[in-house]
Amino acid sequence: MRFPRALLKALLITGFALLLPFAAFAGGEGEEGDVIKVGVLHSLSGTMSISEVAVKDATILAINEINAAGGLLGKQIVPIIEDGASDWPTFAEKARKLIERDEVEVVFGCWTSASRKAVLPVFEGLDHLLFYPVQYEGLEASKNIIYTGAAPNQQIMPAVSWLLQEKGKNFFLLGSDYVFPRTANKIIKIQLEAEGGNTVAEEYTPLGHTEYATVITKIKAAAPDVIFNTLNGDSNVAFFKQLKAAGIGPDDIPVMSVSVAEEEIKGIGAENIAGHLAAWNYFQSMDSPKNAGFVERYKAAYGDNRVTDDPIEAGYFGVYLWAEAVVKAGTADTAEVRMALRGVEYEAPEGMVKIDPVNNHTWKIVQIGAANAEGQFDILWSTGEPVRPDPFPALISPDEDVIEPGVMGPRS
Amino acid sequence: MRGLRSRCLTNLPTWSDMSLTTTAMQIFNSLSISSVLLMVALGLSITFGIMRVINFAHGEFVMIGAYVTFLTDRLLYDALGGGTWFLVALLAAFVVTAAIGYLTERSLIRFLYGRPFESILATWGLSLVLQQLARNIFGASNVEVRTPAWLQGGLALADGIQLPANRLFIIAVAVLCVWGTYLFLNRTGAGRSMRAVMQNRSMAGAMGINTAAVDARTFALGSGLAGVAGCVVSLLGSVGPATGQNWIIDSFMVVVLGGVGSIAGAVAGAVLIGAASPLFEFITTSSMGKVIIFALIVVFLQFRPAGFLVQRTRALEGQH
Repeated sequence: MRFPRALLKALLITGFALLLPFAAFAGGEGEEGDVIKVGVLHSLSGTMSISEVAVKDATILAINEINAAGGLLGKQIVPIIEDGASDWPTFAEKARKLIERDEVEVVFGCWTSASRKAVLPVFEGLDHLLFYPVQYEGLEASKNIIYTGAAPNQQIMPAVSWLLQEKGKNFFLLGSDYVFPRTANKIIKIQLEAEGGNTVAEEYTPLGHTEYATVITKIKAAAPDVIFNTLNGDSNVAFFKQLKAAGIGPDDIPVMSVSVAEEEIKGIGAENIAGHLAAWNYFQSMDSPKNAGFVERYKAAYGDNRVTDDPIEAGYFGVYLWAEAVVKAGTADTAEVRMALRGVEYEAPEGMVKIDPVNNHTWKIVQIGAANAEGQFDILWSTGEPVRPDPFPALISPDEDVIEPGVMGPRS
Repeated sequence: MRGLRSRCLTNLPTWSDMSLTTTAMQIFNSLSISSVLLMVALGLSITFGIMRVINFAHGEFVMIGAYVTFLTDRLLYDALGGGTWFLVALLAAFVVTAAIGYLTERSLIRFLYGRPFESILATWGLSLVLQQLARNIFGASNVEVRTPAWLQGGLALADGIQLPANRLFIIAVAVLCVWGTYLFLNRTGAGRSMRAVMQNRSMAGAMGINTAAVDARTFALGSGLAGVAGCVVSLLGSVGPATGQNWIIDSFMVVVLGGVGSIAGAVAGAVLIGAASPLFEFITTSSMGKVIIFALIVVFLQFRPAGFLVQRTRALEGQH
């Protein structure tokens, strides 16, 4: 059957004309009052999407769960998802768009410290609220950011102390060449000096580096007791594969990682990392009913081959902490929720978590695990109870402490 | 400041630190890095060097090869015991990537000959499209390619010296690929017509060679070699949507340094960088080593703008 061209054209034009009014009014329809809008800002494309897509999924899971249970203050939560595209200026631009155009009440998002630093002035300038779900290097405490990942004293520093006790004194520091590993290693070196350890070498490779032959030769020459690994992203895959091929196993020189979780192990291959160590606040293998339910629901929503890990869990319980504060404040209004968040508690998959009323970081349990052949972690050590977050450890900032988010004062 | 100073003064290894073991390992590393670089750059030296198409999607063809390896792993790992699936993967990576390369040439590249700036933009766009496709099909996370048992472990030469089996294998594959490509270009009719078109397009056309068909075949060959590279580098690095991005700069560096337009140039470029980078990385750091390599290449190109091996042909003088 053939349509005459003119008829087809006329049909198309009428179609568009009919649709136009809907397009124009779609944005303004019934938004006020009966829903609560929240922003979700992660890299869904580009190099960081490897990690961030899973955290976005966890955030959406929590929102859907709250909605299914009747919503918040009787209203449904509507997530508005934006793609930061692994590009820091894009993060700032999208954050501004979410706050000013979409008028969201809160934003959940970011992964790299670079993206957090990029959106920080936006959230401070517009006096808004960001939940940041990833462990980081510390030395920051904004009144507009809630940090649900670990501060240095909740991951890196306990890991160093544990290694000194269990594995030996000589540390080889290996990291990607950007702000997190360099700051983390600054903290580690000062801590090693204070606690009787020794930094035998400090090595940085560019992000995305794939050739570790020379680094491994250096490791062999330095013969350290332990490698402290702050590599990020794809480099971890290359490093662990090549370390194993070079004949160095966890019994020869154990590697302690702080950016390798269950999700990353899928790409590295369990047999390449089995026996090596990681420090986190949450492991999928944690044995609790709360965690079992979380893992089950996450897999049910996104597929049986998916795993949960520390940042995924932090992205998940961040939504619930915010919801607790909304209920406590009786409103979703940003300013009031921010005040209500101080001291708010929630029973997360990792156990009890609490927003520290002074520095906006989260009280969390600290654990060390060894990777096993199934790509999961066997938990070797745990603090057992939540540790107070300290974004400015006394070792590296002996004079100053946070006295209120965004305000520094003399250390008492 | 204190940290930086003390690191510079105390932690830098010196020549005397390079014991015999370390030196032996470093020589092997040079050879191994050269072969990896050669693998990822060989396909580019054909598409960029011979066809003069600046193909920013070259890295994504490496990525496709890596994903083909992943699929072969999933499909045949159990069916084919003893790790022979990896050899199948090597072949499949070549065939699939070459086919995709062929389609790309017919649908996109052929409209871009002689227009370098448009070809940069178009192939860069293609690389973004391919990355996002990989993300949609395989998910945003890296996937695991298992190392076959016969490529695990290594050859222990002496105390502290172990030559990893996978690196030995990559050296062998690189040698075979270069040899095969050389034979193909010099000993077969199809290869000879490729060189004829490269050297003088209009004359080759006048002699009855179908230059458009030759272009498509050449691009398919270059892409197929990138696919083989993707297969072997899955032994060393990650397999994910961004895999190609990790290799693209290195491959351009090899081709530009070695001299555009010849396989020998690619070999020369890979060997030069492969020899220099472990050395500089060892006496400074990985980041610094890379900076020094880049600086040296810039200086070198001031004196030899056409690269290490200069190829004089009409095609390289701006006619296409």
